[in-house]
Amino acid sequence: MNQLNERSDELRHMIVGMLEYGGRGHLASALSLVEILSVLYDDVLAFRVDEPNWSDRDRMILSKGHGCMALYAVLGDKGFFHRSEFERFCKSEGILGGHPERPKVPGVEASTGALGHGLSIGVGMALSARQEGAKHRVFVIVGDGECNEGSIWEGAMCAAKHRLDSLTVIVDYNKMQSYASTHEVLELEPFADKWTAFGFGVREVDGHDVTALREAFEDLPCEVEKPTVVICHTTKGKGISGVEEDLSWHHKSRVKPEEIAALYEGIGSR
Amino acid sequence: MRATALECVGELAEKDDRVFFIGSDLGQGSAQAFRDAHPDRFFMEGIAEANLIGMAAGFAFEGKIPYVNTIATFLTRRCLEQVAVDLCLHNLSVRLIANGGGMVYAPLGPTHLAVEDIALMRALPNMTIIAPADADEMRRLMPLTVEYDGPIYIRLAKGYDPIVTSDAVPFAIGKALPVRDGEDALVLTTGVTLGPALEAAERLDSGGVSTGVLHVPTVKPLDEQTILEAASSVRAVVTIEEHTIYGGLGSAVAEIMAESRLTGSVRFQRIGLPDVFPDQYGSQASLMERYKITTDHLVSVVKDSVEVQSITVA
Repeated sequence: MNQLNERSDELRHMIVGMLEYGGRGHLASALSLVEILSVLYDDVLAFRVDEPNWSDRDRMILSKGHGCMALYAVLGDKGFFHRSEFERFCKSEGILGGHPERPKVPGVEASTGALGHGLSIGVGMALSARQEGAKHRVFVIVGDGECNEGSIWEGAMCAAKHRLDSLTVIVDYNKMQSYASTHEVLELEPFADKWTAFGFGVREVDGHDVTALREAFEDLPCEVEKPTVVICHTTKGKGISGVEEDLSWHHKSRVKPEEIAALYEGIGSR
Repeated sequence: MRATALECVGELAEKDDRVFFIGSDLGQGSAQAFRDAHPDRFFMEGIAEANLIGMAAGFAFEGKIPYVNTIATFLTRRCLEQVAVDLCLHNLSVRLIANGGGMVYAPLGPTHLAVEDIALMRALPNMTIIAPADADEMRRLMPLTVEYDGPIYIRLAKGYDPIVTSDAVPFAIGKALPVRDGEDALVLTTGVTLGPALEAAERLDSGGVSTGVLHVPTVKPLDEQTILEAASSVRAVVTIEEHTIYGGLGSAVAEIMAESRLTGSVRFQRIGLPDVFPDQYGSQASLMERYKITTDHLVSVVKDSVEVQSITVA
């Protein structure tokens, strides 16, 4: 079943636009995130565009910072900054770098890029909210390759110990990392069982099915008094023909005009 | 010094509800008073330093002031990336209280020594580094850490260190403290080597070499003006520290002197650990002796440096 819609295509156009202007980027890693982020910002998260540091906002940390083009597309689309910033992606004077930075980019909660940092930061934010009696929630998006990092599992143990049911980890499980498949580089399976064993409530969804994502994110926590992990089964490079099959799009620099043309062409041709 | 530091954190927590405490797997009963008084702000989160630092960053993003306490080498080497990215890049007001700076854990071997911690922290933008000389100075420092902007690395000695400071010289973060005047030579020191520095200066003075001592508890940001002014009026400058000579106080002073107009007119020497992993156990004192971070060696180096051959120093 094809779950992608016009909104998915529109966001992918913005991402390819950034790649075109910047001449580089982690394209495939961004494309697997598009539906996760659009559902979060369209339907789930509480935020105020004109007040990015509003104290009651839900916190959303993109721990896999290299997927930032998808986040920039959604934040720009919402109006956190002007979409003309896309044209300065990775440029000296731009605010949108190859990894996202706080406070340069309104709406970005933490500078990420070095992997394995976001979950522990999210744990601190969630514990802080609990101590204050605040009701906002914390979402942390991690990559599957990022789960190679031991610090992810340090953070997971800590979240479970504190029964942080206001914290949701979202895994972009596209099953490919930079060198090869997660299976070949460092096997994660039995992945859901690992999270269960670490004390999380676990939910698995098709990470490109906006309806399934919405249902999962609107039903949190999925177990009482436990942090939740939503394992999103995704496809690296999703939604642009030619990218899904080609691992070299994990990160590419010196992208040629003809490649950009093919990318625009490939959007929606599914 | 460590007990005093944790007592102080407890006292700060009484006055300011932004003060949080995060430990790793400290000794039983550590910071018990804090835990009893403020269990909602007390966290003991296990041997997971990367997570401790990330958590602390999360707290600090939300306006809290976390004091993180564990062994110095694990707080610096183990989670250097978290300290650099989570704390320093965001310039968050997290305080790292580092137990056993230097060679305090000598009997436990080189895995537990923190002899390059200052060098590692110095290389990180936004980080402030403070090594108090004794418990009294710790007590003067800690209240100033609440409102200070940005991350602070507080290097502790072992505890029960002799009291060598007084409040005659006002303490301020970022200030070098002139604790003794001298006309011939200047000794710069940080942390517990203030004691040997003062003893050495006393002996040198009585032997005719007038020696000043500038205590530099804040290694970063370095009080360049005070140091260069003091260095400009003597013939020899000698640094002494319980740290490798690469990247610590000696290096910091060398850098600013080399870039000043003093070069050539002042003899400069560093005393500290050479470029080795200490190869013996024993005690902090025995390792200091082995690597000549001592009063005797300091006296000798200063004497040589001022080239006063005819004066007999006791």
